[in-house]
Amino acid sequence: MRRAGLDTPLLLTVTTLLGLGLAILYSAGQTDFPTIATGIWQRQLVWLGVGVIGAALIFRISPRILEWLTPFVYIGAIVLLAVTLVVGTGAGTAVGTKSWLAIGGIRLGQPSELAKLATILMLARHLAGRRGQPRSAFELIPSGIIVGIPLLLVGLQPDLGSALVFLGIFFAMLFWVGVSPWLLLLAASPMISLFLAFSTGLWGAWIVALTVLLVWLRPYILEALVVWGMNVLMGVVALRLWTGLALYQQNRILSFLNPEIDPRATGWNIIQSRVAIGSGGIFGKGFVEGTQKRLAFLPAQHTDFIYPVLAEEFGFVGVLISLALFALFFTILIRIARHAVDTFSCVMVAGVAGLMLTHVVENVGMTVKLLPVTGIPLPFYSYGGSFMIVCLLSIGLTLRVAWDSRLGGYLEG
Amino acid sequence: MNWNHPHTLSRRAFAASGFVWAVFLVLGGAFFRLQVLGSDQYAVQSRNNQYRPIALPAPRGIIVDRNGVVLATNVPSFTISLLAPNETAFRAVLDSIAQYAPLDAERYAAVMQRYRRSPDNPIDVMRDAPFAVVAALEERKSSFPGMIMQTEPKRFYPHADIVSHLLGHVGEVSEEELASQRFARARMGTVVGRGGLEGQYQDRLQGFDGHRLVEVDALGRTIKDEGVERLEPVQGDTLETSLDFELQKYITDIFPAFGDRGAVIAMDPRNGAVLAMYSAPSYDPNEFIGGVDPDLWNEWLSSEATPLLNRAIQGLYPPASPWKLALALMALERGVVDMETTMPVQCNGGYQYFSRYFRCWRASGHGELTLAEAIQHSCDVYFYQLGLKLGLEDMLRDGVQVGFSRKTGVDLPGEMSPVYPVTTAYFDSLYGPSGWTNAITLNWAIGQGENTQTLISMMRFYAMLARNDGRAPIPQLVPSDGNDRSFPVVARAENVALLRVPLEMVVESGTAVASRIRNLRVAGKTGTAQNPHGLDHGWYLGFAPVDDPQIVVGAIIEFGEHGSRVAPMVSRIIARYLLGPDSDLGRPIRWVLPSDSVPTADTLRPGPIRRPGTR
Repeated sequence: MRRAGLDTPLLLTVTTLLGLGLAILYSAGQTDFPTIATGIWQRQLVWLGVGVIGAALIFRISPRILEWLTPFVYIGAIVLLAVTLVVGTGAGTAVGTKSWLAIGGIRLGQPSELAKLATILMLARHLAGRRGQPRSAFELIPSGIIVGIPLLLVGLQPDLGSALVFLGIFFAMLFWVGVSPWLLLLAASPMISLFLAFSTGLWGAWIVALTVLLVWLRPYILEALVVWGMNVLMGVVALRLWTGLALYQQNRILSFLNPEIDPRATGWNIIQSRVAIGSGGIFGKGFVEGTQKRLAFLPAQHTDFIYPVLAEEFGFVGVLISLALFALFFTILIRIARHAVDTFSCVMVAGVAGLMLTHVVENVGMTVKLLPVTGIPLPFYSYGGSFMIVCLLSIGLTLRVAWDSRLGGYLEG
Repeated sequence: MNWNHPHTLSRRAFAASGFVWAVFLVLGGAFFRLQVLGSDQYAVQSRNNQYRPIALPAPRGIIVDRNGVVLATNVPSFTISLLAPNETAFRAVLDSIAQYAPLDAERYAAVMQRYRRSPDNPIDVMRDAPFAVVAALEERKSSFPGMIMQTEPKRFYPHADIVSHLLGHVGEVSEEELASQRFARARMGTVVGRGGLEGQYQDRLQGFDGHRLVEVDALGRTIKDEGVERLEPVQGDTLETSLDFELQKYITDIFPAFGDRGAVIAMDPRNGAVLAMYSAPSYDPNEFIGGVDPDLWNEWLSSEATPLLNRAIQGLYPPASPWKLALALMALERGVVDMETTMPVQCNGGYQYFSRYFRCWRASGHGELTLAEAIQHSCDVYFYQLGLKLGLEDMLRDGVQVGFSRKTGVDLPGEMSPVYPVTTAYFDSLYGPSGWTNAITLNWAIGQGENTQTLISMMRFYAMLARNDGRAPIPQLVPSDGNDRSFPVVARAENVALLRVPLEMVVESGTAVASRIRNLRVAGKTGTAQNPHGLDHGWYLGFAPVDDPQIVVGAIIEFGEHGSRVAPMVSRIIARYLLGPDSDLGRPIRWVLPSDSVPTADTLRPGPIRRPGTR
């Protein structure tokens, strides 16, 4: 292995993020009364070690072999998801769900995290194998199925946050292969319709706008009808779906809209998160000194709400630095995807970027109430074995793609 | 062009990077809003999360008599309160506390409701907790996260039943009171004064609550108890009253057993200072502290003896014979009579007024009397005629002038206003314009009929009689800065001086002869207020020494039958005050049986008697 061929910027950025994440995780455990977060950074260190070994292994696998292996990995992940749905258990902040696979009471991991990576690989394989990018809604159907199956299975757990991540992956990868933004909009339209259905006026306006769009884009008639029909259908079933949501999911959406509805229960997370962030001010309260964290006002401060710990202790300055690090990280991923020597690798890295971006934006966005609370981890920061390993495997893959591109002699410019 | 042609890829990479940076810019903007623009507000919220103020209730001011005898003070007691992050946690800890601290269902519900109302503050679970409970809880403190125990001052009345009505009592402020301006300094659970001096001087007694900050975590567990911040409470002002506790105690000791209901007031006529005020039956105001027992409360409320009523300022009685002095004063003021004036009809045991015969209390009659003698012997026939001479309208108007239509303004809450007809329109509305006759005038002249006064109101009048300047002092328990020059003038001083002579004769050789004290010149007036519900009420108001009055004492004893039974008690009170504890008359009171009983009143119905002003 030639060290010189490793992508140094990516390696440095990721190492910095991991170091920062570990430090914050350590701080999250420093509370006046011990919590589950106490000393958890040591366990995270173990996962990190496992992840690094995994990344080193996957780094050695040629994308060609990976591409060949992909269907088996994908089917394996789907099977695991299905099994989880039957025998899964809940844990931590989501006790009521079935997202964990356990044998003999020992929790092995969350198959949904693995499925994210498997879906990226599968979709990359599918898109790379096509002659060109999908040009109509119908041509998007295979991609939709590849993402849709794990999405549905995860959604049934129910784990809304992870399901959302699959959508992020889907749109990021399709965008990368050059699918027209308008087509993506059409693909997304039923979902938009679903959300807008809560306000009849907004929904009506959306349907009108969609009709105009369809007339202007002039897709196949049938396609247009299906898209339009889907939108109407979503608008109609929205209420039915809403009542079908678990109570905690309904509450999460409601308290996103107005956290003061029930400040002591549902809205508690978001209110305390904002207090932690806001009280951090410009320079923060100092490492380990965050009172919101120390006095256990922050919920899930080692997993979903780890970012407010950073914001509270390092202030706006710390936030800017960490956000810049993430932005840099994504810029590097985009560069690597762009310079990949083969289409599979190219699309795959775009998928990894989509996965990470969805996690980062959703996780950070929810802590400041830009987005509803869904409970998905922040890459490199949040405690969690499965996700940490998946993140590091993705980095391993990406490093391999970067390595290959250098060997292949594709130079910038 | 293929999608993965370097040029298209490069364009897309550019777009993707732009998107990424834009998204992070938005995120950064959101953080900027919270951390830079909103930082102050969130810092406050974070501080409010971190520290909870635990109120340190201010001890109420103590209440003392003129010699410094403590009438109301504070003793330490334990208060258990609870802080919790949410209702479920609160209920859980409350349930486990309830295993050691008995809480009835009602109290439990009240505590829960309080929590819902103000979930961020510690909620009082139990006040004045017994030591056994405190010890049991303290031992297991770690299993009650959020529980706070501290000592708080508790009101205590060392001489409870002697001064009960005077002091009033204390109780937790109610929801409605919290909203009012009067209790601006109170918070939920603050103990405030109710009734009596506690209520009247609530503002002065209240003091200023302090607080201490306790660092708590999200579950309400105390992280740092002391040393964060502490503002000591400021005790309320000491209330120095004009009361003479020795005298007050003496009154309760000698208050006759036969009259278990009644009131006594002793007052210094020179400045209106109330020396003693007793209302029987009394109650123990300590029972109110920490909430009165409902059974006891119902017993008090339903009792015929109405122990919670302060008869000295809230009991309304017909003024009866003591009223004759008021009538005499009106007549002197108007110049209708002088002390030597006699009436056309001499007393032969009654007075024929048209078809009606109005009896004098003495069936054998008094013969021909001057005004002075009529006062001395309390002759009804004389005053019937004096009333007719004055006329009803003028009598009513003059009574208002003297102050009989209004409250005295004593510094106690709940004083009853006398029921006093200001003009004859009162009778018109009561009986209809043609429904009453001038017979009213006769009845009214001897203090019966539509005129009821409180003891304190009569005291004010007799204190005026005891003074040399014709001013009526305003009774006061807590001396204010105002001087006696501010008391209203209600009569000419020379007329008042004239009246004092026959008043002394009442005691020397009149109806109150049984209450004479050697070596002390006492003036006074007995009375019998007709009571349609049973035995008559007995009045006596007196002052001494006559040449320089220093004390006025008035008493009313319900079912006391006659003032002459009350007079000896009043004399002993006066003697005790003026001559000291050794001066006691040295013999048991000889209760003298009735001598100047007022005759039974005729029912006043329309008859052949002319109404005033008609011909």
